[in-house]
Amino acid sequence: MSASFPTRAADGLRNTQQRRNLAKATNTIRGKTAKVTAELPDWEALREAGKAIKREAHARLDHYLLQLEEMVIKAGGHVHWAADAAEARSIIVRLTKDAGTDQVIKIKSMTTDEIELNPALEEAGIRPYETDLADMIVQMAREKPSHLLVPAIHKNRVEIRDLFRAEMGEHGTGLSDRPPDLTRAARAYLRQKFMETKVAISGANFAVAETGTVGVVESEGNGRMCLTLPQVLISIMGIEKVLPRFDDLSVFLQLLPRAATGERMNPYNSLWTGVHAGDGPREFHLVLLDNGRSKILADEVARETLHCIRCSRCLNVCPVYERAGGHAYDSMYQGPIGAIVTPQLRGLEEAGSLPYASSLCGACHEVCPVKINIPQILVHLRGRVVREGHAGKGEALAMGVAARMFGNQGALDWSLWAGRLGQKLLMRDGALPWLPPPLSGWTLSRDFPALPAESFRDWWQKREEK
Amino acid sequence: MRVSLFITCINDSLFPDTGRAVVRVLERLGHQVEFPLAQTCCGQMHHNSGYHDDAVGLVRRFVDTFQDAEAIVIPSTSCTAMVRGQYPYLAKHVAKDEGLLRAVEVMAPRVFEFSEFLTQKLGLSDVGAYYPHRVTYHSSCNSLRSLHLGDGPLTLLRHVSGIDLVELPNNRECCGFGGTFAVKNAETSTAMLTDKMRHILSTGAEICTAGDNSCLMHIGGGLSRQRTGVRTVHLAQILASTAEEPWA
Ligand code: SF4
Repeated sequence: MSASFPTRAADGLRNTQQRRNLAKATNTIRGKTAKVTAELPDWEALREAGKAIKREAHARLDHYLLQLEEMVIKAGGHVHWAADAAEARSIIVRLTKDAGTDQVIKIKSMTTDEIELNPALEEAGIRPYETDLADMIVQMAREKPSHLLVPAIHKNRVEIRDLFRAEMGEHGTGLSDRPPDLTRAARAYLRQKFMETKVAISGANFAVAETGTVGVVESEGNGRMCLTLPQVLISIMGIEKVLPRFDDLSVFLQLLPRAATGERMNPYNSLWTGVHAGDGPREFHLVLLDNGRSKILADEVARETLHCIRCSRCLNVCPVYERAGGHAYDSMYQGPIGAIVTPQLRGLEEAGSLPYASSLCGACHEVCPVKINIPQILVHLRGRVVREGHAGKGEALAMGVAARMFGNQGALDWSLWAGRLGQKLLMRDGALPWLPPPLSGWTLSRDFPALPAESFRDWWQKREEK
Repeated sequence: MRVSLFITCINDSLFPDTGRAVVRVLERLGHQVEFPLAQTCCGQMHHNSGYHDDAVGLVRRFVDTFQDAEAIVIPSTSCTAMVRGQYPYLAKHVAKDEGLLRAVEVMAPRVFEFSEFLTQKLGLSDVGAYYPHRVTYHSSCNSLRSLHLGDGPLTLLRHVSGIDLVELPNNRECCGFGGTFAVKNAETSTAMLTDKMRHILSTGAEICTAGDNSCLMHIGGGLSRQRTGVRTVHLAQILASTAEEPWA
């Protein structure tokens, strides 16, 4: 197993700047989303509707995907099927090369992060430019995103100023750290890219089977530029994002902004259907990515994972995410959704510590706009970690002993007796300030209560004898 | 009513006072308490750690022990949530046993968390308690989000005479216990605990109470380690205390 969640979280917990940024930002967004979701009398009904639509779409996924393909082609677009990340990369690299360019602009890149597209493009001599402001910052800093929607949430504005000064050429010279100045510099820098680049690569929030319409929602308008200015548009989308009908958008275009940013409506909602003469890109390619998704669909309990609309609300209410930070999840999917989706995409051997990165407090399930029961899926995946043999040997042994102890009253009595004897060595002032590993994690910050001389059962039995 | 007490393994071994308090409250209210000796553990630790086959064994044991009970009372929000919320998952997806699934579903409506039994089954808000201390209440995550107990436990506390009840800021946030999470992710758990303790100390309370001794073992362990002078006491012990017989 690569470095585990607890090890990576330790860095985040000590990063005081990030702790402060996250506490402030998540607290603000929690307030905003709580307000705009509470003001809708039918919010609960919308959540149910969102869940029902996703269920329906996934129950007949093959049907809707084929319908989507047919409609996209009818509208003048092209459709490509990618079974895994490697296939998706080679499709996109080939399409970009065919367009005869050595640079691309990108927007909404979560899925392209998942398939690790940027390194593949660079290897092929193509420079990718992220155009979402925060994605651009993360790319310039050669870092990884730490939040689904606010990928640079871990950085402060002085860091961003220094980065722009170093990376933006003339646009960065003498720049201040005032947000309006930073935005202006980014705007000037990006406009140039928008004008001179022939190929754009985007993700997609939805695609409608009925009409072949693809949609991207964003806040800055940079997405709109990417989707309309270049000659060639390549959009990559996970197969779970397909919606049966155009009307279904009315549910998700309400759910998403309110849950994500606390806005009533998203500032930029771009929808397009194929290509149109004299307007927008000349060529449109839709890449449909499986990359493990059909396997997730086969798991009766975990399949709800695919309902996710990437609103990031579960991150914003998660006490673990708020403290450990996004990098602890080692993925473009962080927080509670990351803890269930990454292990399913990458396998439990590699990402087996993620399902344990939760106190199971349930805050995520309570707010998720499509009602994904994340705690249940976490526990379900823990079961798979153990069943597939990725749990520690010591732990498995201890759990086996405990199971036998609880399976037999005599053994339990005996263990309590032994425990009372053993704790004499460790006891100070009636509590245990130190326990041996692996329980030393407990005594890192907590005393452990000493076993009292008499258990409840002992007391009860004595009382009954009287 | 004939009440069967499921004490929980943590209360049995580490917090027997909580069990004695539950017995005292229920008997004071005129109910007959039974304690089936075959009981051990609800299986929550195994379940939440991923040892689902072991957990199924404990589900079967629980069902064998309690299926004929008139009412099963559990002084722990997380164990109650386990029995009501997670037993069906284990029966259906792990044991794949229709009979077991039916048994746990039929049993579920008779399973009550202690405060829930008082407020919802018996319809009480005043149980005649007296407790002259400054107290703050931590609503556990399971109380809020699995059992949906809402203000029930607080209503009981508000009716305790002599009590100086102060609201805990940011009360809906997890304390960071999470079972083996507290050990596996000890550092993150500690960061959450530190914030919880900061809020508790800000109330000036001398006692922090809750309906779950596992949260309290964690919070109390931190308060003790920091020598804060604040201690934790299970809700049942506050409700057991009367003017004539104060709870120690
Ligand atoms: S799991 Fe739910 S709350 Fe989290 S990002 Fe996905 S849709 Fe949003």
